[in-house]
Amino acid sequence: MKPPIFEYASPLTVAEAVSLLASRNGNAKVISGGQSLMPMLAFRLAAPELLVDLKHLKDLGAIRIGEDGVRLGARVRWCDIESDARLAVSHPLLAEAIKHVAHYQIRNRGTVGGSVAHADPSAEMPGIAMTCDAQMKIVGSAGTRIEAAADFFTGPLQTSLEQDEILTEVHLPAWPAARRWAFLEFARRKGDFAMAGVALYYDLDSGSRITDAHIGAIGVADRPIRLTEAEAVLNGNQMSDKLIAAASAKARQSIDPPSDIHAPGAYRAALVATLLGRGLKKSAA
Amino acid sequence: MKVFNSYIGRPMERVEDLRMVRGRGTYVADVNRPNQLYAVILRSSTAHGIIKSIDSSEALALAGVHHVLTAKDLGNEVPLIPLRLQPLPQLEPFHQPVLADKKVRYVGEPIAVVIAESAAIAEDALERIALEIDPLPAVATRAQAEAKRSVLFEGHGSNVAITWKAFRGDADEAFKTADYVRRETFRVQRHAAMFMEPRGFVAEWDEAAGKLTVWGAAKTAWYNRRTLAAQLGLELEAVDLIEVDVGGGFGSRGEFYPEDYLIPAAARIVGRPVKWTEDRREHIMSANHARDVECDVEFAATRDGRFIGLRGQIWSDIGAYIRTNGSVGPRNVAQYMSGPYCMEHIDLKSSMLTTNKTPCGTYRGPGRYETDFIRERMIDLAAQDLKIDRVELRRRNLVADAQMPYTLASITPYDSSTELDSGDYHAVFDRCLKEFGWEERSKLRGQSIDGYYHGLAIGSFIEGGAAGPKEEVRLVLETDGALSVYMGSSSVGQGLETIMAQIAADAMEIPYEKITILHGSTSYVKDGYGAYHSRSTVMGGSAILLGAEKLKELIQQTAAQRLGCKSEEVVIDGEQASFGGNHIAFAGLSETPLEVEAAFFNKKYTWAYGTQAAHVAVDPGTGHVKVIDVMSVEDVGRMINPLTLHGQAIGSIVQGLGGAFLEHLVYDDEGQLLTGSFADYLMPTASDFPSIRSVTLELKPCPNNPLGAKGAGEGGLIPIGGLMANAVADALSHLNVQPMELPLSPPRIWQLVEEAEAARARA
Ligand SMILES: Cc1cc2nc3c(=O)[nH]c(=O)nc-3n(C[C@H](O)[C@H](O)[C@H](O)COP(=O)(O)OP(=O)(O)OC[C@H]3O[C@@H](n4cnc5c(N)ncnc54)[C@H](O)[C@@H]3O)c2cc1C
Repeated sequence: MKPPIFEYASPLTVAEAVSLLASRNGNAKVISGGQSLMPMLAFRLAAPELLVDLKHLKDLGAIRIGEDGVRLGARVRWCDIESDARLAVSHPLLAEAIKHVAHYQIRNRGTVGGSVAHADPSAEMPGIAMTCDAQMKIVGSAGTRIEAAADFFTGPLQTSLEQDEILTEVHLPAWPAARRWAFLEFARRKGDFAMAGVALYYDLDSGSRITDAHIGAIGVADRPIRLTEAEAVLNGNQMSDKLIAAASAKARQSIDPPSDIHAPGAYRAALVATLLGRGLKKSAA
Repeated sequence: MKVFNSYIGRPMERVEDLRMVRGRGTYVADVNRPNQLYAVILRSSTAHGIIKSIDSSEALALAGVHHVLTAKDLGNEVPLIPLRLQPLPQLEPFHQPVLADKKVRYVGEPIAVVIAESAAIAEDALERIALEIDPLPAVATRAQAEAKRSVLFEGHGSNVAITWKAFRGDADEAFKTADYVRRETFRVQRHAAMFMEPRGFVAEWDEAAGKLTVWGAAKTAWYNRRTLAAQLGLELEAVDLIEVDVGGGFGSRGEFYPEDYLIPAAARIVGRPVKWTEDRREHIMSANHARDVECDVEFAATRDGRFIGLRGQIWSDIGAYIRTNGSVGPRNVAQYMSGPYCMEHIDLKSSMLTTNKTPCGTYRGPGRYETDFIRERMIDLAAQDLKIDRVELRRRNLVADAQMPYTLASITPYDSSTELDSGDYHAVFDRCLKEFGWEERSKLRGQSIDGYYHGLAIGSFIEGGAAGPKEEVRLVLETDGALSVYMGSSSVGQGLETIMAQIAADAMEIPYEKITILHGSTSYVKDGYGAYHSRSTVMGGSAILLGAEKLKELIQQTAAQRLGCKSEEVVIDGEQASFGGNHIAFAGLSETPLEVEAAFFNKKYTWAYGTQAAHVAVDPGTGHVKVIDVMSVEDVGRMINPLTLHGQAIGSIVQGLGGAFLEHLVYDDEGQLLTGSFADYLMPTASDFPSIRSVTLELKPCPNNPLGAKGAGEGGLIPIGGLMANAVADALSHLNVQPMELPLSPPRIWQLVEEAEAARARA
């Protein structure tokens, strides 16, 4: 479990980092917290010629909170989110979800950008990005582009990032104070990747009817997904046990999770329904 | 002040700990020799196949690579790993060669060893070895083994290596007339000991002296030394195996593995010290697996709940070869199925199946964990069928004090008759109920609180210990009055140094601080057996008692000359020898150290025993089981150190819980191991099982050794699988959920709930 030989660079600007990536024709890789990449090197599942470390790009480490929402720099670590008291108000769903990521040591290094670029279908941050209609800011040789989360995640551990592109920021739209929400996941042990998880939020109109329901699920497809059919069950209705049961049943029907050594797909589908039901109850309490 | 008999039984802190917590432990990875090279092993990624060719030329061309060792380099016959225990001739065809020779039989089997300037270079070289293997169909399940999808050892003609038979009374007759018979199938998943520090060796060959030194031995250094010396054609004295600190063993570390030969052989071939440090992925695929058992058994009882008999067939999947102790689990699962209960009629067969998976060996509580799961489940099922309270049903059948010694089932083809030596099983059972608060907690049974259903279970167990035939010690009273104790027992992290010092201090009536325990080199005493079968304390400790008697005699003789009296007139007391008002202190008694050797011989096992109760809560929506409380009460005859003993008990229980809920070595039908890292093989972590309690009693000392002690430390986990399954069944009794298979993973429990609900909907 020794990594193969690689070269290492730690550029001082994003532009420099991009040109280093571009110079290697796909044989260079960004390293951020290293918590996913280093194990892959040790297992020799990846063997890039060059690692481009983002550690000197201090500007990417900021959490900016404004009228238009929360902007997470790519170098923001889980522990930064955890210790930022503003987020309890500015984005409670994010704060709650990130509590479930990994273990203490890993939270001290793992980053938002690394997680989103790695695009593990069970990871919390991609799930939140998907649920909240996040906008990804991406810098490459061709310039800067902004992409919606829904287009960014393209498959298992796959994104729309080009070989010479760096994700610099994840923008979560503004969070109204009265918004209802819940995040629930189930993992075998504390800190493990979830068997499945559900993030949800919605607003209530003057008649206490649900509007703008967003339900995201992790661990049940090849990428984080939105449960649009279950959202449709909720929208325009008042919360009730019957509605919760209907939305959960719809969620279970609308997905077809793959089976793996940890669980059959049917279990994950049922789990999403259970978590959604519990989450909706919690959100209404 | 006279310090008499004051250490045994006291919670002495471990003398080892200060060194360890200060980072001064020396593990094998810390051992470095000048000029050393590094070995990395090429392992098969094919489960079953014929090796067509191995071409190392590109690997050898890489700068820093010194040698690539393959079976061809080992002469005409590749050395085989012999059986340390139950060395039956009929098992010889299944012995493992130290390097795959012509055929590979499991993923992880060593094929070549690369020796290079660094481990990283050696790993680079691995990728350059051109290996051609013609795959054969793999055997990964019992069905495939029985259908002979392949036969692993063609000469044998079948995948059943041998079948153990445990018998007692006349089972067929008894089953004919029994009031109650229930037949069930059970399954325990393959899992294994995952000690914190993986294995490793540093080997050095001194050409001029003709001497081989190997660091990294553990558990059974003497046996391994004999094996290695024979394989390398060296005299015993030319080989020294050295034990350093180890990060856990649990039965798996220290057995003779291919690397035990390969690393020393490599050092000899390249003429430089060679170091190998196992990584976790290697460990998972190469160190012994365990517990892979299926069975189809029948249980008979009378209407009023007297157990009558056990009958049936067990299949123990031993993997691709039989290694050193590979028979122990398959034998135990049959011989000890009756556990601490009276069972007059037994007819159990346990067939060892060869499959294309990593070979199996012992893992803490070998065979017992599996068989207790089967038996305790059967008892709860019978209680339900017979409508007898399960506490009462167990009480009616525990072996009574008056029945001791109680003979367990006989076993063939390798006789190992044994009898339960002593115990008040009922007293321990009742104490457990009390400590646990069974009555009070029973109110919660079947209740749902915050979505979790609560359930309880109770189960009793026996733990064999103290395997013979002997253990040796050498006691040296140094000229300054300090005592050195050289031992053949070995330490696998169980606090050996502390416990032996306690025993020696009491036996010699000298302060604990003046005692040094020396173990860990095959040159310390002539012969040693090591640390397995919960034997070190009983065997090594008893040898110390015998040695102390001899040393006292020698002190008397030595002092008598100076005191001018007969030796039997010399009184030994408070670190001095006295006669008629004259005293000679141990310090300065003799100009040369006084030295004695002693050996304790014993072939009778000790049988510690206990009862455990558990309280769980189950979330039927996720399948999650919260372990709310585990209470363990055991009698170990004589407790040397409650602190280390409770540490062992609790650690063992956590391991048992790992096996009950989390740990699973999963293979696909082609023999590929799918759980190759700790991301997929789930170990219990610190926050998973917070509430575990252990109480130790000293009701019945062991009649077969001078200490009165019984082997302990494996016990905790033995009943856990059965206990947890029974507790889950109790929690979900409204659905009649009956787990018959471990682990109790969330998907499995969810599945059982779904099936039960579907059945209820149909009804
Ligand atoms: C034991 C363990 C448990 C874990 N549990 C969880 C969990 O429960 N939930 C969870 O979400 N995660 C979990 N993780 C993963 C952890 O959160 C990682 O830190 C995270 O997924 C990757 O972040 P990183 O900063 O370490 O990225 P790195 O490992 O440095 O990089 C990961 C990948 O992203 C690329 N990359 C990184 N940054 C950028 C960027 N700015 N632009 C473009 N590409 C980039 C890299 O090239 C690489 O391919 C766990 C990890 C471990 C080791």
